[in-house]
Amino acid sequence: MSNFFNKSDLTRQDTDKIVSETLNNCDDGELYLEESKSESILLDDNKIKSSNYSSDLGFGFRAISNEVVAYSYSNEISKDSLKNSSENLKSTLKSIKGIYNHEIPKSNKKFYEDINPIEQKSLDSKLEVLNKVNDFLRKKDGSVKQVTASFAGEQKSIEIIRSGGEALTDVRPLIRFNVSVMLEKNGRKETGVYGIGGRQSYDDYLKNDNWKNVCEEAFRIASVNLESKPAPAGEMKVVLGPGWPAILIHEAIGHGLEGDFNRKKTSAFHDLMGEKVASEGVTIVDDGTIDNRRGSLTIDDEGTPTERTVLIENGILKNFMQDRHNARLMNTRSTGSGRRENYRHIVLPRMRNTMMLSGNQTQDEMIKSVDKGIFAVSFGGGQVDITSGKFVFNCTEAYEINNGKIGSPIKGATLIGDGPSILKEVSMVGNDMMLDPGIGTCGKAGQGVPVGVAQPSILIDKMTVGGTKL
Amino acid sequence: MVKDQEFLKSKASYCLDLAKKMGATDASVTVGHSISETVNFRNKSLEASDRSDGLALSIETYLGKRRSSISSSNLLDENIKTLIEKCFETTKITPEDEFNSLPDKNLLSKQISSLNLYDETRFENDKKIKYLKDLEESASSNNQIINTESSFTENKSNFILANSDGFCDGYKTSSFSASCVTVAKDENSMERDYEFSSKRHLSDIKQATDLGNKAAKQTIRKLSPKKIGSEKISIIFDKRISKGMLNAFASAISASAIARGTSFLKDKIDEQVFANSINVIDKPDIIKGMGSQNFDSEGVNSNTLQLIEDGILKNYLVDTYNGKKLNLKSNGRSGGTTNLYFEKGSMSYEDLMKKNSRSLYITETIGHGSNIVTGDYSVGATGFLVEDGEFKYPVNEITIAGNFKDMFKNIILANDLEFEYSVNSPTMMIEGITVAGK
Repeated sequence: MSNFFNKSDLTRQDTDKIVSETLNNCDDGELYLEESKSESILLDDNKIKSSNYSSDLGFGFRAISNEVVAYSYSNEISKDSLKNSSENLKSTLKSIKGIYNHEIPKSNKKFYEDINPIEQKSLDSKLEVLNKVNDFLRKKDGSVKQVTASFAGEQKSIEIIRSGGEALTDVRPLIRFNVSVMLEKNGRKETGVYGIGGRQSYDDYLKNDNWKNVCEEAFRIASVNLESKPAPAGEMKVVLGPGWPAILIHEAIGHGLEGDFNRKKTSAFHDLMGEKVASEGVTIVDDGTIDNRRGSLTIDDEGTPTERTVLIENGILKNFMQDRHNARLMNTRSTGSGRRENYRHIVLPRMRNTMMLSGNQTQDEMIKSVDKGIFAVSFGGGQVDITSGKFVFNCTEAYEINNGKIGSPIKGATLIGDGPSILKEVSMVGNDMMLDPGIGTCGKAGQGVPVGVAQPSILIDKMTVGGTKL
Repeated sequence: MVKDQEFLKSKASYCLDLAKKMGATDASVTVGHSISETVNFRNKSLEASDRSDGLALSIETYLGKRRSSISSSNLLDENIKTLIEKCFETTKITPEDEFNSLPDKNLLSKQISSLNLYDETRFENDKKIKYLKDLEESASSNNQIINTESSFTENKSNFILANSDGFCDGYKTSSFSASCVTVAKDENSMERDYEFSSKRHLSDIKQATDLGNKAAKQTIRKLSPKKIGSEKISIIFDKRISKGMLNAFASAISASAIARGTSFLKDKIDEQVFANSINVIDKPDIIKGMGSQNFDSEGVNSNTLQLIEDGILKNYLVDTYNGKKLNLKSNGRSGGTTNLYFEKGSMSYEDLMKKNSRSLYITETIGHGSNIVTGDYSVGATGFLVEDGEFKYPVNEITIAGNFKDMFKNIILANDLEFEYSVNSPTMMIEGITVAGK
């Protein structure tokens, strides 16, 4: 755990005094202190291309009065700097008459260990794995023309100090291991990418030469794409595979259920609470409490313990995801969804691990039921327009389905749909729910945070596939 | 106040001296300071204010052909010392790479010409509030607008780049940005659109009322959209989308993508890649330009580059490392393009709109559908169906798809180029693109 007070003239007593005095008469707010250590090591084009270490330290001071949020951050932890921030907040919130909400739920549960993954594996042994990846893939097949492999590791320590001196702390490890391979055959080039990660040590993910499985998967995706034909264009049936394709859920439904957009009534979902928004059998939760997952948090960035929030239960919209600010203004409670990229950013309600739960059909049944459509197995990324509800995501591995059988692979295409109606088009839910491999980063208002997704195979009756073949 | 040159120089030379003392054969350091203040409004009242004050340091140390780097926001001497020690220890065990080196001395920028990139005017938060009030007042004057959000950001930055070959220079920059997002609603739909203005100098920012009016107008016209059928159609890209084609092009000609072989434009120098009427230029010395610079992120002097001449690819964007790999000299593009633009075309906007009796005008795309390796392009899109030069109705929930190799060769540009951003394009038409809809 970082001690934020041993390297500056700022004492814990001074801090409590400044925080309490600044937040007096505010509705809410806190001082957020953060120290992060991170590394990235990249092998590319047969060489260790870069090895970077970064350390960051700073605070963000927030004061909230009614609907107004005043925020000030600095990377200098000192008495002067904190006082400056305090003055800055006071000058924004001129006449305030709030009552500070001291209530914050407590929990003893922890969803990951206090480790520093960077220190737990020597640089030499990380370099060795990257070199093995490069050799393995280049020896595997003559079509391999480029290999990129990387490690990214981080330890982030936070301390939240609330008015009255209450302090909440968390230490968050996070790692990611990624492999990308480019193949060239008969003048065609295609890439395949695969990665793994979460909130444990590197070696927890690399046990039993697991790096080989990551290589094989990246190679397999690239090989499939070398044989791909132009994708069809138009509306058709789509079968989604389990796991990572759940970024459909994240884009189509997740963002639209974040508290801020619904308080502001700019989400296509804001007036649909309690209504049927999905087919029967569709249940979606956002869960911050799964051990060691990329999107899990012991406490959120306001200090609230995370939870498993049911968003849609058997087709009915049940809850939005809330931080303290939006919850207060909507007369509800925080769901432990208040997150920020780092101390430079304000808290927003965000997703953690967003999951559609299993039903009882099989992927085979789904494929057999489709005359003409596509089977999408892996995706790059997605995006949504919250207001119109339209969302997209990009296939990186997909196949035609003809007369109930999987056909040739098709080129990467964008799929587009309408968030509030897409889940009503789900006609089968599989029994094979799977978590993603731990690679997701969600962007909102310029802030990236690690997230997870999960789903079983699903059949969507109608979706627009953005290929080139008419 | 943003930290002055003297302070940043003293930190930079402290770092270089320390790295040398520890045994580094070469080193390079960037120290920067940035202060920014943002005020956010929503539905005509203050929603948030945000002040940030941040120092940033990054150091690269070399031991012969070995290199590694560190970055930090903590500039206390004691912390810097620990970090440089760590950096140098890492350098020692990082494998050699023959292409690692500081830039060639004779390519380094020798003198700085004033590009007028800094405006010291301080726009107090009360004035920002007044600006946003006026903006939202005009944005919400039509009752179909149900939500307005706007913000004003003022930023002042200063930096020093120094290396062990004696390069040591930097300069102040400023930016002022205003933006507005409006939501409109009718009985069939809810739609969002935006407008923004970002300038080096405060006096060049668009009028608050113009910005608000434009955002509202662009949002209201999107209401009650229809989905169209799947077909091949000629597409007109609004300026805010057509400049995205330049971004895709720039990624594909970066020396790094070329050296790694992961670009569809590899080995295409002196070949026709665009229609022969097309010229693409990257000009670093535009006065007050949003992308202007005196030198690149390695200190290399950057001159104007003609990237495409009469449709033919003339230059890649070259930095030191990838340049050495490709046997090319750096052209001062470490960090990418500067002010990148298509030279204007010969057709007026009106004529472009009327060129085909039926076309699709795109105002927004979503998704990350550009594949630089293959050139494949597929994105979600929003826009308008155009008939005989007139907007007929709004269109959404469609995708447009093609391959850059073909698309680039079919570009027709209007003559309405303006220098608003760091990447600028006239309105663009590409005939025969596949739209997927109903």
